[in-house]
Amino acid sequence: MNAKPRWLMFVDALSLILFLAAAAMVLFYAPTERMMGEVQRVFYFHVATAWVGMLGFCAAGVAGIAYLRTADLKWDRISLAAVEISLVFFFAAIVQGSVWARPSWGTWWTWDSRLTTAAIVEMVYLAYLLLRQGIDDPERRARFGAIYTLAGFVSVPLTFISIRLLRTIHPVLIASGESTGGMNMTSEMVQTMVFSVITFSFIFVSLMARRVQLGRLAEQVEQARLQAVE
Amino acid sequence: MGRETSSAPASFISAVRAVVWKDLAAELRSRELLSSMLVFALLVVLIFNFALELDPQARLTATPGILWATFVFAGTLGLNRSMAIEKDRGCLDGLLLAPVDRSAIYFGKAISNLAFMVIVETVVLPVYSLLYNVNLFQPGLLLVILLGSVGYAAVGTLLASMAVQTRTRDVLLPILLFPLLIPVLIAAVKASAGFLAGLPLADVAPWLNLLLAYDVIFIAISFMVFDYVVEE
Amino acid sequence: MIEVRRLVKRFGLKTVLRGLDFQVQPGEFVALLGPNGAGKTTFLRILACLSRPNLGEVSIAGCRLPGQAAAVRMRLGVVSHLPLLYGDLTAEENLRFFARMYGLRQPEKRIAEVLGLVGLAPRRRDLTRTFSRGMQQRLAIGRAVLHDPDLMLLDEPYTGLDQDACAMLDTLLGQVAARGRTLVMASHDLERAAGMASRLDVLSRGVITASARCDEMDPSQVQAFYRQATEAPRGA
Repeated sequence: MNAKPRWLMFVDALSLILFLAAAAMVLFYAPTERMMGEVQRVFYFHVATAWVGMLGFCAAGVAGIAYLRTADLKWDRISLAAVEISLVFFFAAIVQGSVWARPSWGTWWTWDSRLTTAAIVEMVYLAYLLLRQGIDDPERRARFGAIYTLAGFVSVPLTFISIRLLRTIHPVLIASGESTGGMNMTSEMVQTMVFSVITFSFIFVSLMARRVQLGRLAEQVEQARLQAVE
Repeated sequence: MGRETSSAPASFISAVRAVVWKDLAAELRSRELLSSMLVFALLVVLIFNFALELDPQARLTATPGILWATFVFAGTLGLNRSMAIEKDRGCLDGLLLAPVDRSAIYFGKAISNLAFMVIVETVVLPVYSLLYNVNLFQPGLLLVILLGSVGYAAVGTLLASMAVQTRTRDVLLPILLFPLLIPVLIAAVKASAGFLAGLPLADVAPWLNLLLAYDVIFIAISFMVFDYVVEE
Repeated sequence: MIEVRRLVKRFGLKTVLRGLDFQVQPGEFVALLGPNGAGKTTFLRILACLSRPNLGEVSIAGCRLPGQAAAVRMRLGVVSHLPLLYGDLTAEENLRFFARMYGLRQPEKRIAEVLGLVGLAPRRRDLTRTFSRGMQQRLAIGRAVLHDPDLMLLDEPYTGLDQDACAMLDTLLGQVAARGRTLVMASHDLERAAGMASRLDVLSRGVITASARCDEMDPSQVQAFYRQATEAPRGA
């Protein structure tokens, strides 16, 4: 078993520091939004977690393609790690979205195009986990997982377009509006948002590396077990 | 991935035709798949009737949704059955042993699955028209149903051939299929509603384009990845 | 006919074939013996182009696998313990379907010929579903020889057959072998294998541990030969 790689420790520490700094910026540096008040502060981490979620799902799709081309199980571990982390972050983004939506739109949930797409994206990747659970052979699991992430990667933008189209054809429903639409951001706000996005990208990298490492260790344990059985 | 075409004696088209012929001939004899799909589809229509208490007003707006929900649910029944036939007696191996391109097998299965869908739809449509006194036989609507079914069969065949190789099998198919089908479902329901409400073609066109784009994209993807679904 | 060098096949972390070497000359009838789980089926599936090896070289009739699989498939006939037939089609229709898949020139003539060969001509219009296990296996062999393959791979073809069906299968395989075709048959029935094959190979723990020509061996030695081969330490 290899010791913790040094760069990983560094990334872990850096993400922690950045996270504290970002939290401080969100709470103290960014000005209070005039229209929405304090609750608007949830916006910064909302954008950042959603960004990480999207990043992860894209990474999973790319890793899926890489797996199909190389048949190297390393890509499968990366793909799975990205999906698991993104599921959690995306869910956090949805929850923060509803916390924000409640006072500003007067409802926890609206069938707005982004929210709805986000919910469907969660379903796609939950289905991915269920698919993996039903397969014992690691290679087949990796192959099918890769195909499914690829299909999800393509269908999600189509889903977004179709829901968008749905709302523009029925303009009545658009009243609930776009998530960033009505907001005039000051430069402090923009800085805080960008900083949060960078911070969460680091957190994502650090979690990813950990999860991939965990997958590798699990494989080593399995290998040792198999050797012991023989 | 070596694509094997030149040396294979059975041409791509004739291999696809052979698979379709085989599926239709077997189904004509047993009628297991179609009869269960049909009975199930009619049951779904009935259940919607009670669940939604369809008065004449609600009928008009709910019809496209009910139709598509019916097709989608009945379709998974057919997809599962059609792939289980291949898996249960080792027939899939038999197909793979033949010197034909793997994607010919995919297209053969997808076309027969599409045929089963269309057969079920041609029975459900008149029955629905009769029961609820709406005229569903409009060329635009039929086009939408065809486009939607093509997309459904394209993705469905790919995912069913994966699902059948898992432990959870038939339970898994709808879970895998439905989230990816959302664009087809939205576009098909909206386009159907548009045609039923007599909207001008320009209003319906975006939905038709979306359906067409989905069909093309997913047929292309399935064509590219089917090798990986069947080869160990 | 078959050249296999240093073949490795893993299922995830489990290594099933560990650097297996195997050669077959045209016209040989090789019985592949070995305990359950030794990797016989896995090995035959690789030869049948149904599974890809992780490492090593496989070539059949001068064609490399998996690259030239299409050329190989045309010359292969496979019989497994599953029938690989459609229950809702008649015997004739099953063969007609596979004739199309193999692109046969005169399918009807060949189908009639094969049905006669496996003794199913009287039942050619009956659904395969209604066939007994023995009849299904006969038809499965008919399907495998339909395109007159040079090489036949048989995976435990005797599983679940009664006495008569076994005798019928013996005759059929004997006829195929007599026509100079190459056969590789996985089996755990030592006596039958020794009686039919021209060579016995033992597959144990993912490698071929012993190989002997049947005409150089007294039938009474077969048991001892097999026991020695399966008990041999790894890497022997």
